[in-house]
Amino acid sequence: MLGNEAIARGLYEAGVKYISSYPGTPSTEISEVAAEYDEMYAEWAPNEKVALESALGASLAGARSFTAMKHVGLNVAADPLFTSAYTGVNGGLVVCVADDPAMHSSQNEQDSRHYARAAKLPMLEPADSAECRDFAKAAYELSERFDTPVLLRTCTRVAHSQSLVEQREREERALMPYAKNPAKYVMNPGFAYKRHFAVEDRLQEMARYSETCAFNYADIRDTSVGFVCAGTCYQYVREVFPDASIYKIGLSFPLPLESIKAFAAKVEKLYVVEELDGVFETEIRAAGIHVDGGKDLFGNIGELSQSKIAAAMGVPAKENASFTEALPARPPVMCAGCPHRGVFYTLSKLKLTVLGDIGCYTLGASAPLSAVDSVVCMGASVSMLHGFNTVRPEGSGKCVAVIGDSTFLHSGITALTDIAYNRSVSTVLILDNSITGMTGHQQNPATGYTLKMQAVPPVSLEKVCEGVGIRRVRSVDPSDLKALEEAIKEELAADEPSVIICRKPCMLLKYVKPNPPFSIEREKCKACRSCMKLGCPALRFEAGKALIDNTQCVGCGLCKQLCAFGAIKEA
Amino acid sequence: MAKSIMIVGVGGQGTLLASRIIGYVLVNKGFDVKLSEVHGMSQRGGSVVTYVKYGDKVYSPIVDKGEADFILSFEAIEGARYLEMLKKGGTLITNTHEIYPIPVITGAMSYPENPTEKLSALCDTKALDALALAREAGSEKAVNTVLMGVLSRYMPDIEEELWLKAIEELVKPKFVELNKKAFMLGRNA
Repeated sequence: MLGNEAIARGLYEAGVKYISSYPGTPSTEISEVAAEYDEMYAEWAPNEKVALESALGASLAGARSFTAMKHVGLNVAADPLFTSAYTGVNGGLVVCVADDPAMHSSQNEQDSRHYARAAKLPMLEPADSAECRDFAKAAYELSERFDTPVLLRTCTRVAHSQSLVEQREREERALMPYAKNPAKYVMNPGFAYKRHFAVEDRLQEMARYSETCAFNYADIRDTSVGFVCAGTCYQYVREVFPDASIYKIGLSFPLPLESIKAFAAKVEKLYVVEELDGVFETEIRAAGIHVDGGKDLFGNIGELSQSKIAAAMGVPAKENASFTEALPARPPVMCAGCPHRGVFYTLSKLKLTVLGDIGCYTLGASAPLSAVDSVVCMGASVSMLHGFNTVRPEGSGKCVAVIGDSTFLHSGITALTDIAYNRSVSTVLILDNSITGMTGHQQNPATGYTLKMQAVPPVSLEKVCEGVGIRRVRSVDPSDLKALEEAIKEELAADEPSVIICRKPCMLLKYVKPNPPFSIEREKCKACRSCMKLGCPALRFEAGKALIDNTQCVGCGLCKQLCAFGAIKEA
Repeated sequence: MAKSIMIVGVGGQGTLLASRIIGYVLVNKGFDVKLSEVHGMSQRGGSVVTYVKYGDKVYSPIVDKGEADFILSFEAIEGARYLEMLKKGGTLITNTHEIYPIPVITGAMSYPENPTEKLSALCDTKALDALALAREAGSEKAVNTVLMGVLSRYMPDIEEELWLKAIEELVKPKFVELNKKAFMLGRNA
């Protein structure tokens, strides 16, 4: 079972009733798998803040509730997170945050353990799928016992690794009674001041609990060396040092500092192994415990692994072979037939400044399209465009924002409202491929289906744009390069805010049937390389002429539109 | 001591399904098994890697330098990219089909010549045109199953029925027969 599937199982067994999340690698499958259990309500929310707030509402109403997000999603949800620490819970509330060290599919590698400390919330860190299930379940006991939301932190190697998991039956739970309690739930300054004392008291109590709870334990073996570690780092350390003593942390905030001190006294040398920041090491050192090695040995960038830990500890490397010839890199690329390709081709051709956003279309930054100037976070394309154009009004006609349908609904609407309200002459392209693509095809409010595949009225992107005050809103088929270019030129020439909705469904959607592959007549091909500017994985040059790989081509027809010699033909 | 299989290929080639089928077989054989996958961005036509580890007890879910007993490469140069993961005496099973990455398509870099020959000089290499066998089985998408068939020959303790059962359980019903055929073509190649 994947770590994520195991968490979903834990939720099911714990009697969770309410799940609301926004997709984000590597957290997405938790909510997808949870949605397969009929006993649990599960939904995609438009963003992580809404998801957490709605889960808090369900908790207030007395249900065990849950939300999952990727690390950067927790930034979006940070506002309710910090104050939910003050209100506490009624039904248990667990917030799963999935970190992505090494950024397999992320824009930064922030360490979510800081959030536990900043928000003063307990954090659990499972190390494999069995612990994912166990900890998810146990998190609800903690949440209700200590009257606090609980953070459940995973990382890519826990969330997306599979290992064996035992399963139990679901414990169905009635709603906790709801009673109005403004002193606990109305966080105005007067009440919140008093709640802050409750938070600090709870933290003290949790710190005492951390010393004796089953999540944290010392495994004393050879005492010449001892490691302190949590999560996937525990697995790496145990693999390299099967006989070493390990203090394994499961409840990673508050840390069991007294127990770690006792462990340190039993081993000759103490090493703290943690990915990303030296969070444990700093707190362990601050408690006056001598640490023989930590961030100085293991570094604070990227993932750790058994070989990195072995190398840092002076263990000889394993013998291996290597291929010495330089290999061409194989970066991710937009799929053949991707509806975004024509958009980035056109933006690149028009030499526009393009403020990008989070999604498959981030790939528009890669060569040969190389069309994107910035990518920061969900929704930032639109708000950054407003700032850019406000201070460089003369450049308004040369600069656009590009944002996907799901990302627009997540964080683009407020930014577009800024453009409309404060009247920057800005043009926003919404790339509506009718799905949340990069995370693996999740529904969103514009697709007309929910997480549980109920049909619902889809959000009209046109009406949203018009509603916030954009008068120039039009849609275009991005596979018609001529129409697309005209639309972009016209809107950039207009002296008021505008939105172009480039609408064509993702080629990978099941209902989108590929066309037969196109082919190239060799004798007509003049080797001008116009078609190669598309960066299509189905096109290549062989023996001096362009060639279409018929195992990849889905007949989107973009290359045919670019060929001035009529060499490309439909099947 | 845990054994390690590394599956490498190009996003969209079905490496995830392959690792899940292999994992399923090994669980049914009674091993402790861990699989590791990466989803998201890298799946869009990029170089992709999944790991399968099995033994009496497995700790780390990832395969590291000099640890892989087998590398199963779905494309001609992806095995080369991860060759440092192969342990001394390990076996590389590779497809000879070449898929050009974007830097080659744009002309920024060249695709290595005769990668299979070069790999054979560096390690124990079993190379075959898995795409041709997949076509013979009825679908180009069955490259993953063909290569699993080849791998199965190197794991003599695991009965053929376990593999076929795993295909029945994990492949969509309408593609089961096709994949069984592809598996056997690989197994007998």
